[in-house]
Amino acid sequence: MSETNLTPARIERPTGLAMTMHNWKTALKTQTPYLMTFGIALWLGAYYLFVEGWELPRFNKLPGPVEVITEWLNPDPDWGMSLFTPEYYDHVVVSCRRILISFGIATGVGVPLGLFMGWSKIFRDYTFPILETLRPIPILAWVPLAILMFSGFETPVIFLATLASLFVTTLNTLLGVDSIDDDYFRAAKSLGSKKHHIFFHIVVPGALPFIFTGLQISVGVAWFSLVAAEMVSGEFGLGYLIVDSYMNITYVTMVIGMLTLGFTGWASSVIVRMVGNRMMQWRLRALALEGR
Amino acid sequence: MSDSVNSRGAISIRNLTKIYDPDGVNVMAVDNCSLEIAAGEVCMIVGPSGCGKTTLLNGIAGFHSVTEGEIYLDDELLCGPSKPKAEQGADRMVVFQHGALFPWKTLAENVAYGPMVQGVLKKNEALEKAGHMLAEAGLGDVGHKYPGEVSSGMARRAEIVRALINDPKVLLLDEPYRAMDSLTKSIMHEALLEVYDRTKVTIFFITHDLEEAIFLGDRVAIMTTRPATIKKIVDVKIPRPRSYETLSSEEFRKLVDETKEAVHEEAIKAFEAGERELA
Ligand SMILES: Nc1ncnc2c1ncn2[C@@H]1O[C@H](COP(=O)(O)OP(=O)(O)OP(=O)(O)O)[C@@H](O)[C@H]1O
Ligand SMILES: [Mg+2]
Repeated sequence: MSETNLTPARIERPTGLAMTMHNWKTALKTQTPYLMTFGIALWLGAYYLFVEGWELPRFNKLPGPVEVITEWLNPDPDWGMSLFTPEYYDHVVVSCRRILISFGIATGVGVPLGLFMGWSKIFRDYTFPILETLRPIPILAWVPLAILMFSGFETPVIFLATLASLFVTTLNTLLGVDSIDDDYFRAAKSLGSKKHHIFFHIVVPGALPFIFTGLQISVGVAWFSLVAAEMVSGEFGLGYLIVDSYMNITYVTMVIGMLTLGFTGWASSVIVRMVGNRMMQWRLRALALEGR
Repeated sequence: MSDSVNSRGAISIRNLTKIYDPDGVNVMAVDNCSLEIAAGEVCMIVGPSGCGKTTLLNGIAGFHSVTEGEIYLDDELLCGPSKPKAEQGADRMVVFQHGALFPWKTLAENVAYGPMVQGVLKKNEALEKAGHMLAEAGLGDVGHKYPGEVSSGMARRAEIVRALINDPKVLLLDEPYRAMDSLTKSIMHEALLEVYDRTKVTIFFITHDLEEAIFLGDRVAIMTTRPATIKKIVDVKIPRPRSYETLSSEEFRKLVDETKEAVHEEAIKAFEAGERELA
């Protein structure tokens, strides 16, 4: 890049593919990718040595990394489950669909609920005690109730996953509204805003950073409670797969299930973060200027 | 230059008292304070920390109620015994101490916000006008940026543009340039004076910086330590438009010294009062 290219009054930010390429190039110049690679190698190495290398006594019932990866990538798996068998995807798809539904409901209800609680003092006074009493009850304690209330396998599982992430989303949204500086409300009011202007121009965008922090936690919580629920009552899904393979002493499949869960969970929180960044360009750019 | 260009924006504060009552402990912030600000005047407010300057501004802006006394804007009652809290309105625009541009809107969207929500202009008309006004203020090529992407000086200038697009009667500024380095500050002063010479809007400006007070003001109201009332008013007869040569003139230095002395006296009182409270 020559100096003269930088002189135009307005420098356009690269977009689309160019931006992705640029981001990759920049990232490769930092330590991060190398440290990450090294970190993964370290963990895999330790795992390999404990289980398959030194065959330490505590680990001798576990399948080692080589065994797991071989099975995972095996078109004709020894224990019936790999990237090449349709049943594997059945479990993944069932769990992902359940997450989509529960996280969707939790967000659709929790965000508006939290916004209203933050916006209207009266509404908050009505609802806050209920929220604060129900929130600390661990999700497993809801299992019997869910089974009593809903029939079948699907609804109780979705209910449990929804409930857990609903609390997180609502509370974070509420805190998000609280976090908005009073001066913004004063300025908006002085500038002539009506109530609905304040809601849509101040409350909603002002709470967004907290909302998305909340959504990232809440998608994790949704996975957590989904798997717990699937383990207790379920016919399909990754939680079910893990317990089922444990019962059937197919430990390799169990570890495959666990790792799959790790990757899908990670992917879902990356998606939430990407959506958040898209919706909060203002924040992204300000943070970028601070070098973060 | 004659001040008769502007016949609106006269503020009259009459026997104003404000008592805060947190936890049943009365804190008298402003005590029987009266101040007349003429239409189109730049009135600077100085006084020791915590004396009640912001309290006064909040009363005018309608951010909180007053306990006793009245405030009028152009002979219209803003607040008084029958109506303790003034209604907030676009006739009195506040520029906040820490800046209150909405960080989630671009500078142009921020400026366009007032006319848009008031229903004066449609969204695209408002944005167009915002673009013109930003350009006039030398911010033409940063209108599409978010406040977090521009310098604090630019943001503050944009905030003043956001106020001015509503054609306010009064600009209320609460130490807007406090945290700025002196170079930025001088640019801010020039920009504000330029705006003033163009619009002749009444300005109520709180500051700790006495040179700033004399340089910008028609009058400087010095407040006593809490509970605040007006201790002294210094008339600044330096002709406008003012420039940086003003800063080295003898008259300017004399006025600064006069103000400094009065403020210093109050600051000592405030300090001693603080010592007594602690003892
Ligand atoms: N909401 C409040 N409740 C109780 N006391 C308050 C409140 N706001 C201000 N005060 C008190 O009133 C006094 C005057 O406050 P004010 O903010 O008006 O001072 P100030 O002159 O603007 O000070 P500074 O120069 O530090 O900005 C202070 O002693 C402050 O502690
Ligand atoms: Mg103050």
